[in-house]
Amino acid sequence: MSATRTLTDFIRALRSAEVAVSPAEAIDAAGAMNLIGYTDRSALKSALRPALAKSEAEGEAFDRLFDLYFARQASAARPQDGPARDEATEAPPQDMLELAQSGDEAAIQAAMERAGRASGVQDIRFSTQTAYYAQKMLKQLGVEQMEAKLLEALQARSDEGEAEAAGMIAARREMLKRARAHVEAQFDVFGQGATQAFREDVLTHKPISALDLADLKRMRALVEKVAKRLAVKHSRRRRNRSTGQLDVRATLRANAGLGGVPFRLHWKQKKRDKAKIVVICDVSGSVARYVRFLLLLLHSLGDVIPELRAFAFSARLGEVTGQLDSDRFEGVMEQILREYGMGSTDYGQAFSDLKTRYPEAIDRRTSVIILGDGRSNYGDPRMDLFREICARAKRVIWLSPEPEAMWGTGDSELDRYRTHAHATARVATLSDLERTLDRVLALYD
Amino acid sequence: MTQTETSGAYGALTSPEAITAGLGEVGYISTPDISMAVYLAQHLRKPILIEGPAGVGKTDLARSLAEWLDVPLARLQCYEGLDESKALYEWKYGKQLLYTQILKDRLNEVLGEGDLSALTGKLGDFEDLFFSPQFLEPRPLLRAMQQAEGSVLLIDEVDKADEAFEAFLLEVLSDYQVTVPELGTIRAQVPPIVVLTSNAVRELGDALKRRCLHLHIGFPDAVRERAIVGARVPGIEESLLKQLVAFVQALREEDLRKQPSIAETVDWARALTLLHVEAFGEETVRQTLNVLLKYESDIAALDNRVGGLARAAASAP
Repeated sequence: MSATRTLTDFIRALRSAEVAVSPAEAIDAAGAMNLIGYTDRSALKSALRPALAKSEAEGEAFDRLFDLYFARQASAARPQDGPARDEATEAPPQDMLELAQSGDEAAIQAAMERAGRASGVQDIRFSTQTAYYAQKMLKQLGVEQMEAKLLEALQARSDEGEAEAAGMIAARREMLKRARAHVEAQFDVFGQGATQAFREDVLTHKPISALDLADLKRMRALVEKVAKRLAVKHSRRRRNRSTGQLDVRATLRANAGLGGVPFRLHWKQKKRDKAKIVVICDVSGSVARYVRFLLLLLHSLGDVIPELRAFAFSARLGEVTGQLDSDRFEGVMEQILREYGMGSTDYGQAFSDLKTRYPEAIDRRTSVIILGDGRSNYGDPRMDLFREICARAKRVIWLSPEPEAMWGTGDSELDRYRTHAHATARVATLSDLERTLDRVLALYD
Repeated sequence: MTQTETSGAYGALTSPEAITAGLGEVGYISTPDISMAVYLAQHLRKPILIEGPAGVGKTDLARSLAEWLDVPLARLQCYEGLDESKALYEWKYGKQLLYTQILKDRLNEVLGEGDLSALTGKLGDFEDLFFSPQFLEPRPLLRAMQQAEGSVLLIDEVDKADEAFEAFLLEVLSDYQVTVPELGTIRAQVPPIVVLTSNAVRELGDALKRRCLHLHIGFPDAVRERAIVGARVPGIEESLLKQLVAFVQALREEDLRKQPSIAETVDWARALTLLHVEAFGEETVRQTLNVLLKYESDIAALDNRVGGLARAAASAP
């Protein structure tokens, strides 16, 4: 196997672990490899890393895969070095029985490597594919020919035949074990990243209400990923310079020193509002779970939203911005629930509390996100106050964990609230939350 | 792949080991990763993008490299609103205006009498006079390209500039040439060694990242940190050096808002030597802790643990 092949396979492994390697970078890596050579593995590692891994996260994936991949390469390469190796790749499969019984470790290793390549083990994505690829490898190794012989031996009905068959069965079992081990090692290199990505994809679209405890832990990391994605997208200021209307005053001022000759032109710039978000969360039992994710997401987004205020209520409403500002999220939700989670939900009372205790919270730059099911226990929904909020705020978005068919049934007032809100949406999954926040933040870009 | 011939000022960049040694001469303690990145940058003709926390020696690498190779350092500090006229070149408007004023009085002599079209033609011949290299003010990018012996171009905190500038950089860094419409294209005779630094204020565009070699410099381990402090604060007591580095290393394990970086360790070492500290104890640490920690909340959070950490560092092997 040539050096280029080794490198391209390694790059495939990197790509499967979500390290996006472009062809240009692959060329850089090949250039670096040519310069450094591949005798000194640690030098090779520090030469390939700057060419291939372009962030800290990618660097970690690179380190893990480099050690896995080149450790395997070294064990496969040692027995037969030099040009002979390329011929070996093309060589027809040896007799499998002979190979198994030869006990030649190096030859078996090389045969496994060859069979693995021929059956495309590098494409493995999930650990459940292990058996499938192991079987495919056995076929490459010539298991069919051996099985034909095995049948012959059994049909001979002689002691010799029996003994021969037993040997072949043992050899087959041994080779299958080796093949499985080979596939598992390959999975570590090529499949782990993909599995991880798949799992995350599933979690992102899984209803929050259906998450179990193990999922919740993983979700934490995932929420932070989503937050980062949103942050990257919205932290950049988009400015339209050098377009539109001439700013006469600024131009004259800037060129006063040049005798009023307009060398440097200034253009009128559109002013953008800073993101100002108010979230109002119903933290009664049925909704609390969704609130946790919304707050965690907002907590991780801290830097993007300069002005964020959070309120929680069930019976009475209070501000929880302070708790959210602390560096760690652990325990924050529990504290909020202890403080505000008791009591029966009363939306009317909550809006009235908001008006009397925090009258300055909402102005025309504010986006209001309300997370709740709108079930007010038949209390007065205070439609007048809600209408007032909608009139004053830039945008009011109501998020409900319930499906649309349930809105307005029983004690739900959501059907009436939604006529005033700018948008109403159901949030069932993390990706719903992401989409909503994306839309809100886009208002301020 | 053809080997880039190394001659002139870059001739010293023969191997990563040579780079480590050379940077050591000017007081920069390198690591194999850093030296390798510099080596590849020169031989593959690629810019290096350095990321890492503030104060770990990202900017210093460029400065030391220029000092060691004895080439000019062109430094471009990025900020929001930075544009081509600040980064690349600008016409010296003032000088142009001044010259026009002076020449105005003599205009009649030079142009003489004639009909309008003849005069305009004559005037046209002089136009190039005002858009010639002597009225051109080179900014860092152009200055780096103009160095015949090569140079180190440091583009500091590139994450602070806006996207438009990033796109503009791409063009400059891919060909090592810039175009001044009035003069034509200026191509670097010897491409500069380009070092970009980023503090991750915002995520850089993918295109820029992909074009650069990526180097992450993190906090150093104890051995390297001792070497750095030793190089920067000559004459420091060996035992004090050991203890203070052990203390800083332990501090980085704590949950702090801003972890002390190498720059702070060096400052602290200077402060301690200035105070002629002989015994490394709780009292001294407490009094000088504000050199290391830049947030009141961090100092307060550590208040009751300082004694223990100081004792542990003092008895460190």
